[in-house]
Amino acid sequence: MILLWLILIPIIGGLLCWQGERHAGPWLPRWFAAGSMLLVLILSLWLWISGDYSLAVPGGTPQWALEFKRDWIPRFGISFHLALDGLSLMLVVLTALLGLMAVICSWREIDQRVGFFHLNLLWNLGAVIGVFLTLDLFLFFFLWEAMLVPMYFLIALWGHNAPGGRGRIYAATKFFLFTQASGLIMLVAILGLVYVHQQQTGVLSFNYMDLLGTSMSPLTEFWLMLGFFVAFAVKMPTVPLHSWLPEAHSQAPTAGSVDLAGILLKTAAYGLLRFAIPLFPNASLDFAPVAMWLGVIGVIYGGVLTFAQNDIKRLVAYSSVAHMGFVMIGIYAGTEMALQGVTIQLLAHGISAGGLFILCGEIYERMHTRDMRQMGGLWARFKTLPPIALVFAVASLGLPGFGNFVGEFLILAGTWALAPAVTIVASTGLVLAAVYCLILVQRTFHGPIQGDAASLRDLSSRERYMLLILMAVLLWLGLYPQPFLDTSTTTMQAIHEIYRGAAVAVAAP
Amino acid sequence: MSFTQAQLLALLPILIVGATALAVMTAIAVRRHHRATATIAVVGLNLALIACLLVAQLEPQQVTPLLRVDGYACFYMALILITTLATATLSHAYLENDRRNPEEYYLLLVIAAMGGLVMVCAEHLATLFIGVELLSIPLYGMIGFPIGERRSLEASLKYLVLSASASAFLLFGLALIYAQTGALGYAELGAATSQLSANSPYLLVGGAMLLVGLGFKLSLVPFHLWTPDVFEGAPAPTMLFLATASKVAVFAALTRYFAEAGDYHFDRLLDVLSGIAILSILVGSLLALAQKNLKRLMAYSSITHFGYCLVALIAGGELAVEAVGVYLLTYVVTALGAFGVISLMSSPHHERDADSIHDYRGLFWDRPYLTSTMIVAMFSLAGVPLTAGFIGKFYVLAAGIDARLWWLVGTVVLGSAIGLYYYLRVIIAMFLTERGIHRTTAPLDWAQRAGGIVILLITVLMFWLGVYPQPLIELIRAAGLH
Repeated sequence: MILLWLILIPIIGGLLCWQGERHAGPWLPRWFAAGSMLLVLILSLWLWISGDYSLAVPGGTPQWALEFKRDWIPRFGISFHLALDGLSLMLVVLTALLGLMAVICSWREIDQRVGFFHLNLLWNLGAVIGVFLTLDLFLFFFLWEAMLVPMYFLIALWGHNAPGGRGRIYAATKFFLFTQASGLIMLVAILGLVYVHQQQTGVLSFNYMDLLGTSMSPLTEFWLMLGFFVAFAVKMPTVPLHSWLPEAHSQAPTAGSVDLAGILLKTAAYGLLRFAIPLFPNASLDFAPVAMWLGVIGVIYGGVLTFAQNDIKRLVAYSSVAHMGFVMIGIYAGTEMALQGVTIQLLAHGISAGGLFILCGEIYERMHTRDMRQMGGLWARFKTLPPIALVFAVASLGLPGFGNFVGEFLILAGTWALAPAVTIVASTGLVLAAVYCLILVQRTFHGPIQGDAASLRDLSSRERYMLLILMAVLLWLGLYPQPFLDTSTTTMQAIHEIYRGAAVAVAAP
Repeated sequence: MSFTQAQLLALLPILIVGATALAVMTAIAVRRHHRATATIAVVGLNLALIACLLVAQLEPQQVTPLLRVDGYACFYMALILITTLATATLSHAYLENDRRNPEEYYLLLVIAAMGGLVMVCAEHLATLFIGVELLSIPLYGMIGFPIGERRSLEASLKYLVLSASASAFLLFGLALIYAQTGALGYAELGAATSQLSANSPYLLVGGAMLLVGLGFKLSLVPFHLWTPDVFEGAPAPTMLFLATASKVAVFAALTRYFAEAGDYHFDRLLDVLSGIAILSILVGSLLALAQKNLKRLMAYSSITHFGYCLVALIAGGELAVEAVGVYLLTYVVTALGAFGVISLMSSPHHERDADSIHDYRGLFWDRPYLTSTMIVAMFSLAGVPLTAGFIGKFYVLAAGIDARLWWLVGTVVLGSAIGLYYYLRVIIAMFLTERGIHRTTAPLDWAQRAGGIVILLITVLMFWLGVYPQPLIELIRAAGLH
């Protein structure tokens, strides 16, 4: 039941925000929204502290710490099925934390239609939490698509029309089209899997646990796996399918960017780990080298393109492409170490990218530009913003002591034994990351002051505490990641077992 | 031939609608009064709807060789009656201040509805033809109802000419089928065709001509050319009827014909139908991309949607009838929402209906509830989850995948992706404010009107069907062809 509340609180909160503005003015929705996300955060932390996530894995069947199941559309064997394990818990906590930050960082930025803004933001977060919890493939697709609509409105209605860019509506539409079209391909794959399963057992079911271990011909398995992979690769984003991301990020409002980079991209990695690999282990194993090289291309291509950006938000957006490339490598390497690295990388990237986007938003609010050529010398014009930005930048480049380092190190170390070439090429991405992060800092904060030298309004205490909390979490992830690793270890072991099972099956005959 | 009591009872919905037509005609002859005429029509349609629900409880009845009143027929009769009721309610708001005799509109509407009822009960090719004509002929009048308008008259004439030629095709097709098999009833046809080879030329050509005739009414590509012009020229309530009740009746009749007269036997016919479906989906979506006029956009969108529905029909098997039912129902609910808003925004004394996307710019911030209906309807047409349209699309994909029609499934996915683009354009327009250009066409007190209530109910229904479709699915399974 508590799982249902995790989804319902943001949805009800969103409705209250919408109606609240009509009766009391714009301050009420902000407090309602912050309150709902805080409640979700507390609930999820309580689940973490009180629950036991190190359940043994008997025979490779996944175990759930909590489960909630009701019939929904029995005609198709569809149920409203939620379940929680270590991995989903970690991501729910991340969603709640970044969701809270997204609400707080738009406190001053959004001054028009505040109620409707928070309705969209909270519904999006509610749907994302649902995606992390669901175990029914129909419900999964349902929520996967449902989270797009509010995001579309966030970008299209409260976004920026960057000069030179093609506008927020273009960006929002492109985002929606890419993700929805790939989502439909996944729906076709889901239905294909369900009918294959029905032919074998005579039972029509969308339940994850029923569909696990469906045996099928290698060709069918490959095509179905590809259907899932395309949807997740678009969302991740993987390189040939990434072009919606920089557009969407540069036009989105700050909260939208935080949400998009910090949370929405993680749904893709989660989808691969939870659905694509366990449902199609053999095809995934065959496909792993391709996927890993796609990840490497993402790391290098994203890193190189990051240099070329003048728009500070596009820069951070392209760096996300590079960071998610590491995630792709780790997921398809499939060793336990690499998979654990993926957990840390997901959390750390969510927080560091979220922090950087918040900082971009703060700079934009004060300077009304995101063009780095017009910045320069900001160190002299702010008191606390530049050092905080430096911390997030070095975290993002993978400096030891921060979570990103742990994540990338574990991924690369875990991949080495399996695919040395991938590891070597991907490691150069770390150098690229160091260069573009330092360029970001150098071009914005150092150098000659551009234009007006008057000092700018520094961070308010609301903004400062928000960023300090994120910094603290990043340090925690970097210095003592054990609690996080312990929580997700069972899930990752199970996925590793699936890989090994597939590899053994290949080797046996 | 004598009727038993049970047979008369089964015919009750059709009889009541016929009586209503007579009553409306008499009332107009006695005294012209808009509201009274509309009330008579609405009461009659409601009685027919109640009768329909009663008949649904009874055993299926074969009434003469011509008509069969079973659960399937009752479901579609109810659907057509509900659509007609919504049309009547919305046309009352639309025609209210029209000084030129608005009363006859209801007469035409009720007769057209009767044609629809006859079609969905048709068990015989003669009844099918009578139903098609009874449905189409009043529509000429309904399209050209604002006789002062050049565009309406032009649309009416266009529909008259094309519809008449389509009927000629249909008739020729029936004649060819009769020439080969000597039968017109579906059951005898089914028995006869199963013994003939799948390549018997008369039957194949006859079947193809029948498809041409019905394809015109469903505006499937390549028989779609009349649709955008007629939709644009027709008054908004007529467009609503044309896009929903009329097409649903034809499609329901086509589905019954396919399932009972053994047309799944003809692979070549199915190939042709697949081609028509693919073309309808692609041409409809691609042409809709460039539209600035909402009525034309909806016209192309309806072409696409009946293409999707055709995919379910082609899939055949146990799932097909169910999928067609679900798809038609969700489409009707959605279209009622979208066209209903257009009707409420329009009124015949303005030069034209509120049919440009421009008319809806920034409307959300002034009239949130009316616009919410439009937004939900657009998402539903696009097949986004949480709305009824998604359940329909899910069914079509499920039927297609179950039958392994990969080309058609791929086209559905492609069409949906393209469709999303133009639906989003309409949606986002409603949020964009530009001061000074806003025009409100309809009176602002719409919420007090019956039309407003209908619209709100439809919005609730669109959500409810999208979130909890199980009751609907059970209903439609019960109303299958057994």
